[in-house]
Amino acid sequence: MKKKKADFINYDEPVITIRDLYKSFGEKDILKGVDLDLFRGENLVVLGRSGTGKSVLIKIIVGLLTADRGTVNVLGTSLEDIDVETLRQLRLKIGFSFQNSALYDSMTVRENIEFPLVRIKKHLRRKEIDHAVSTVLEGVDLLQAIDQMPSELSGGQRKRIGIARTLILRPEIMLYDEPTAGLDPLTCIEINKLINRVQDQFKTSSIIITHDLACAKSVGDRIVMLLDGSFERQGDFEDIFNTQDSRVKPFYDYNFID
Amino acid sequence: MISKIIDKYLIDLADIHRFVIRFFKEVFVGPFEFKEIIRQCYEIGVKSLPLMSLTGFIIGVVFTKQSRPSLADFGAQAMLPALISIAVVRALAPLVTALIASGKVGSQIGAELGSMKVTEQIDAMEVSGINPFKFLVVSRVVATSVMIPVLMFYVAFVALMGAFMNINQNEATSMIVFFTEVFDAITFKDVFAAVFKSFVFGFTIGIVGCYQGYTSSKGTEGVGRAANWAVVMSMFLIFIEELLIVQLLQLVPQ
Repeated sequence: MKKKKADFINYDEPVITIRDLYKSFGEKDILKGVDLDLFRGENLVVLGRSGTGKSVLIKIIVGLLTADRGTVNVLGTSLEDIDVETLRQLRLKIGFSFQNSALYDSMTVRENIEFPLVRIKKHLRRKEIDHAVSTVLEGVDLLQAIDQMPSELSGGQRKRIGIARTLILRPEIMLYDEPTAGLDPLTCIEINKLINRVQDQFKTSSIIITHDLACAKSVGDRIVMLLDGSFERQGDFEDIFNTQDSRVKPFYDYNFID
Repeated sequence: MISKIIDKYLIDLADIHRFVIRFFKEVFVGPFEFKEIIRQCYEIGVKSLPLMSLTGFIIGVVFTKQSRPSLADFGAQAMLPALISIAVVRALAPLVTALIASGKVGSQIGAELGSMKVTEQIDAMEVSGINPFKFLVVSRVVATSVMIPVLMFYVAFVALMGAFMNINQNEATSMIVFFTEVFDAITFKDVFAAVFKSFVFGFTIGIVGCYQGYTSSKGTEGVGRAANWAVVMSMFLIFIEELLIVQLLQLVPQ
């Protein structure tokens, strides 16, 4: 089902601005002059085939990788020559949901979720931490899993716990790396609903990396498509796929074949 | 081809150098992860006790049994406690503790951090604004540096007890006589050297295990390689360090 555009999106206020971004690994050029704006409150879907550099893009935004060339500006801070402390402060405003959830294996769900909170907001008392953990777990409908280990959870549950862990610090920006990869269709629908709920409840601006068109359709306020290392198509779902471009059409046909 | 191999070797050397420098930069600067250090001390120290006990005891008994005939040739069995004391405190306890720990603890650290690296758990810490180096590396290296000397004392004690049981059985030496001779034979320098060596070995086991795990790549294959190299490298370095420290300590007067 196509998503209804959120009414609090502010297209005059970009929270992420990327210009002329280049990244290569060895001889292989991955990103070749990417330009991108993410606006306050919007869900932006980045579509593209595997290996086109979608995940590389969001890893550059959060400072896990550095660009070869180009500028990245996040919440008014340029990532060029950024010092460690400024980057750390910036990361507190960004939530990153990893493709494989990246839950800490040796910790329970409760410890996973409170891990960033107890280290960053040291003034909080035990009661306040417990309340914050319960609140985010209720938000992802997994309060009952609070004392379980990550290995006891299903793929969908791990994704939701991963999202809950990022929400505990109340980020302004959410970056989702393949949120529905490897999940069954019904769980995908649940995750899509959760992404929209996070946007509505926390008024986050999000970039969702995916190659799942159903996900793109149901969570994206705007969609961009990464082709040959740069964004060549953008708009809503119909704008993107109303084309005979041989690089785009098979993508649609494969996902929605009758 | 050869230049590529030399390049890679030099790059690896520079990476290791940067890793060690980063450790020393971060170990003295807060915030300190005391809780994690204590947890790691428990993992490294307490959980190694059964293995260390068995190894220490066997070394004590076997070394005593093997040494007895040589001394008996000169009618010098009475020297057994002194011989065992010097051998255990100066060489066997530090070396055996370190080698056992590099197998058990080094591989564990390498595999644990390696799997955290390939499953993006280290990246997850980093993007949450937490310093994963301090939480994972500093705490483990501090714990190994502290716990290996402690384990060394424990292994030395168990080895001496093993030796005592054997000597008591064969020569009917009492515990008081045995331990009087043991402590008469060793000096403060011997004990200091054993502690110093164990501290260096502990640091080596921790830093090598962490480096291998923290910088691992190439998926699950990388995890196996990290665990394997953590053991091979730390054992190799322990022998080199043993040789150097022994040479160095010979320059110090008694």
